[in-house]
Amino acid sequence: MLQLKTWKEVTIGGVVPGGATPEANKTGSWRAERPVWNEEKCIHCLQCWLRCPDDSILIKEEKVTGIDYEHCKGCGVCAGVCPVDAIQMVPERGER
Amino acid sequence: MKKTMTGHKAVAEAMRQIEPDVVAVYPITPQSEIAEYYAQYVADGIVHTELVPVESEHSAMSACVGAAAAGARVMTATASQGLALLIEVLYIAAGLRLPIVMALVNRALSAPINIHCDHADAYLARDAGAIQIFAESAQEAYDYMIMAQRIAENERVRLPLIVNLDGFTLSHSVQVVEPLPDEEVKQFVGEFKPVYPLLDVENPATWGPFAMPDYYFELKRAQQAGMETVPEVFLKVQEEYAKLSGRPYKGFFEGYKLEDAERAIVIMGSTAGTAKVVVDELRKKGEKVGLLKVWLWRPFPKEEIVKALSHVAKVAVLDRALSFGNMGALYLDVTSAFVHREERPTFVNYIYGLGGRDTTTEHIEQVFAELDAARPGELRYLGLRE
Repeated sequence: MLQLKTWKEVTIGGVVPGGATPEANKTGSWRAERPVWNEEKCIHCLQCWLRCPDDSILIKEEKVTGIDYEHCKGCGVCAGVCPVDAIQMVPERGER
Repeated sequence: MKKTMTGHKAVAEAMRQIEPDVVAVYPITPQSEIAEYYAQYVADGIVHTELVPVESEHSAMSACVGAAAAGARVMTATASQGLALLIEVLYIAAGLRLPIVMALVNRALSAPINIHCDHADAYLARDAGAIQIFAESAQEAYDYMIMAQRIAENERVRLPLIVNLDGFTLSHSVQVVEPLPDEEVKQFVGEFKPVYPLLDVENPATWGPFAMPDYYFELKRAQQAGMETVPEVFLKVQEEYAKLSGRPYKGFFEGYKLEDAERAIVIMGSTAGTAKVVVDELRKKGEKVGLLKVWLWRPFPKEEIVKALSHVAKVAVLDRALSFGNMGALYLDVTSAFVHREERPTFVNYIYGLGGRDTTTEHIEQVFAELDAARPGELRYLGLRE
């Protein structure tokens, strides 16, 4: 469990030193549906990667390698734009 | 060297001498001249300030916030509706702990539209988290603009600061002002030391992060702690400035013939000058009257005000703005300071001078004359056609 700071310990104005903090903040917990990627169907056109509003399509050397569920909010844009139906939205059932 | 100038010119002179990195400002009556003078200094190359001629006061304060977070010393000025438009961003400046210094040329708020002085704009900003100082004269406006930098920028304070000066009465009337030499002002305000400046790309920082119920409360309490350190810093800066300027600044307010007073007026702004004339006249007739003129309004120096007024029998608190549905805000500040005290005066509240209504020596005489018979806690209106 993260130890929350007291009012005497917070930084002035709530500034977060270091910057680039979104990666450390896990924000994928409120997803209702999760995109499930089918590696065999994927043609690596990267349309999903281009449009994902949360930078949650993981790629390596211009190829999709998976989905970052720690930040994906389940908006379904990736599934919508996929030209070969390689991403399916499935209801979350509490599993990780 | 003594010079004659308007309150606006005095404020602009202080700004020129301080020479902040950024001034973002939008003109509005009666403040416009400050913006004009400063734009002229920039155009003439007298100062090397980045002047941001924005499209509204909301943008002015937004540009100030951005520049201050970037690491710049920042100043602005506004009045009335302009303050109303930028108030959203003033709360942000305070929450982000940005020491932006702003001259507020007090003017009534619409409706009905009016361009003349009252303190409704300052009262609107009362709970925004800005330090607020009231000036009685052009000289005080000049002096407090300079002291403001050091108070607001103190590393434990780090809050926006408003120097209030009465619209037209101070802003447009010519008075004798004795500015300090440029070098003395530059040395007094010193170099601005930014905290987590955004332009320091070697040390990146995230400004204005989201704070959920788990952190918002702690950050607001820390902001209150910034306010709580103001009195100590204020006195220290004031003492240093008094030494430098030779002017008698001492304390959060000026007590005028208050030590043995039986009746007193509490007031902010230029009308204190009118009231002093009356105090002098009544003293000549043997009446024990006095005056307390508030310089530092936020944070409110309640302990010191209690000490200064405890011995007075009758006090009239004069508010130059209405707090609709209740007594005047200054009245509530002063009376609530006495709430647990055994020894306390009886208080009356007067609302005066709304929309630039002239408050004369006769009005102040009337307050002192009525004070003995007035019902404690009464809300009265001074200079109003009944």
